[in-house]
Amino acid sequence: MPPLLQATGLRRAFGPRVVLRGLDLTLAAGETLAVVGPNGAGKSTLLRILAGLIKPSAGEVMLDGAKLTPAEPASRRTVGLLSHRSLLYDDLTVLENLVFAARLMGVADPRAAAKFALAEVDLSARADDTPRTLSRGLLQRAALARALIHKPRLLLLDEPFTGLDAVASERLQRLLRERRPAGLGTVVVTHQVAEVWDFADRVVALVAGNWALEEGQGAPLDDFMRRYREVVPA
Amino acid sequence: MAALVFAALILVIFNFARDPTVLRAQELAPSALWITITFASVTALNRAFAVELDHGALDGLLLAPVGREAIYLGKLLGNLVFVGFVQAITIPLFVLFFNLDLHGALPGILLLAFLATLGFTAVGTVFSALTARVQFNELMLPVLLLPFMVPPLIGAAQVSSKLLAGRPLAESAGWLQILATYDIVFLTLSVLVFPAVLDE
Amino acid sequence: MTLALLALAAHYVRAIQYTPVEATQGMAQKIFYVHVPAAWSAFLAYGIVGLCSALFLWLHDRRLDLFAEASAEVGTVLTFIVLTTGPLWGKPIWGTWWQWEVRLTSTLFLFFLFVGYLTLRRSVYDPLERARYSAVVGILGAMLVPFIHLSVWMFRTIHPKPIILKPDGPSLPGSMLSTLLEGFAIFTVLYLGMVMVRYGIGRLQEEKEARHAAAS
Repeated sequence: MPPLLQATGLRRAFGPRVVLRGLDLTLAAGETLAVVGPNGAGKSTLLRILAGLIKPSAGEVMLDGAKLTPAEPASRRTVGLLSHRSLLYDDLTVLENLVFAARLMGVADPRAAAKFALAEVDLSARADDTPRTLSRGLLQRAALARALIHKPRLLLLDEPFTGLDAVASERLQRLLRERRPAGLGTVVVTHQVAEVWDFADRVVALVAGNWALEEGQGAPLDDFMRRYREVVPA
Repeated sequence: MAALVFAALILVIFNFARDPTVLRAQELAPSALWITITFASVTALNRAFAVELDHGALDGLLLAPVGREAIYLGKLLGNLVFVGFVQAITIPLFVLFFNLDLHGALPGILLLAFLATLGFTAVGTVFSALTARVQFNELMLPVLLLPFMVPPLIGAAQVSSKLLAGRPLAESAGWLQILATYDIVFLTLSVLVFPAVLDE
Repeated sequence: MTLALLALAAHYVRAIQYTPVEATQGMAQKIFYVHVPAAWSAFLAYGIVGLCSALFLWLHDRRLDLFAEASAEVGTVLTFIVLTTGPLWGKPIWGTWWQWEVRLTSTLFLFFLFVGYLTLRRSVYDPLERARYSAVVGILGAMLVPFIHLSVWMFRTIHPKPIILKPDGPSLPGSMLSTLLEGFAIFTVLYLGMVMVRYGIGRLQEEKEARHAAAS
């Protein structure tokens, strides 16, 4: 079966600064890949390329057999992004935000989809509140609802646990584990390795624009951390 | 709303500042009207993309399976509606306070308002995205936009003066052509360059 | 560049000594030989900014952006020259420092366009972003110039002023015309010279930054 996501030779430079140095990446449907690395390694850039927000300087991304690129708006239809920022508007209620997002993403029945998404993240009680009144943990759940509202095939998570306390973080992890549709491919990017260790099927380390380490599920975290510290510049 | 308060303020100031024997209301009104509309537009434009900075909502728009041009047109429409709303309230107020005798000039004035506003709002929407992206201080937008407001405003002020003096619209055909051309040129150009503002 | 400066000096001499003194305006009219060519170069400068901007958005060659920047800075200086020589000429002739006549008004707005463009550039730190945003403003600005000219011209036609100066046109006697044309040529060369120097500086700066980035 062909992989859900296939990226080859991804390179990205910002002027003279080269951030990604020719990366390949494969993701199967239903698989969760964690990309870890120090700040500045290029993780966010990689994710934004996978989201179809920016163009790579070289290389290409294929999602479900179709080319994913900013110039092709339709190719973004099956991608969902959960960032450390919620992408919500302060002046709309949570429900209104989701209805807007649903319309934006071309969902057939926006209101129904919004209500369903809210229920999936256990946030129905706060449907009529504005983002201003939500705690960070609740805000992230709302953001997750927004990310999944159009039933994407690929979910991208950019440092999703930032600013969450232990309880909220655990809650979010549980939601992600249990409520994700089957067959959804997930790429999560973070510099906190421990947070995603149990969550991911595969973990890769991105250091200075190149892949440095790779590990599959079930391997001991300590081992990985030891090797990780060796390759990451202090 | 700040824009409406401005309008009222300008009305009051202009009225008290002039000497009624020297300057007829008819002569002053166009200038006052267009200054107000300008202020309202700049206010709207400043806010247009600022709202996208909360929580990174702009990314939300960029993720949508729609082209960047669609985002531009959406914002443009929003701005036009806002300014249109302010105009809908301001213009009657002006007629009232300046005791203007319209001579049936109203349709002409409305057409004018539309053409002029469309012109500089088209460019203003691009600039408002620019200033939001780079998070300039709020003065940057008016500074960049000022020269672009000149041709539409000159045209609008000239034609509305004539209309209020009772001249038929057909006499101002030259100006109307300029305004229309301006609109077409800058609307097209703006749609073309807008994606460059949102790129990374 | 040196050549241009020498030529400029020569031009001045010619203008002041050898060209016949204009009948009604006397010596003050000589400013015209600086004022008008400078204006032409200034508008040329913005035209180049617009052209480079458009080409940059199409070709993404950073050198185009640097050239646009150089052109804008030189253009600002030229425009400033026009705006100061204008009143200097105007006061003795018209009796006032300023007139809202076509050329001066257009040049004034050209000045605003330049200032806006350069202010924008100063506010963006990332070179790539700066190039992109400047290009957007550059193109829009360049398209605006003809419209400003047209609007002000139409405005003036409706409200004619007692003295409309028409500084050029074939009604000039031969020797004055040739001096003027020479002025055009010299100012164009001057413009090119200054732009090339400024562009060279810009390239060196960029190389320096690239070396810094590579080292860090």
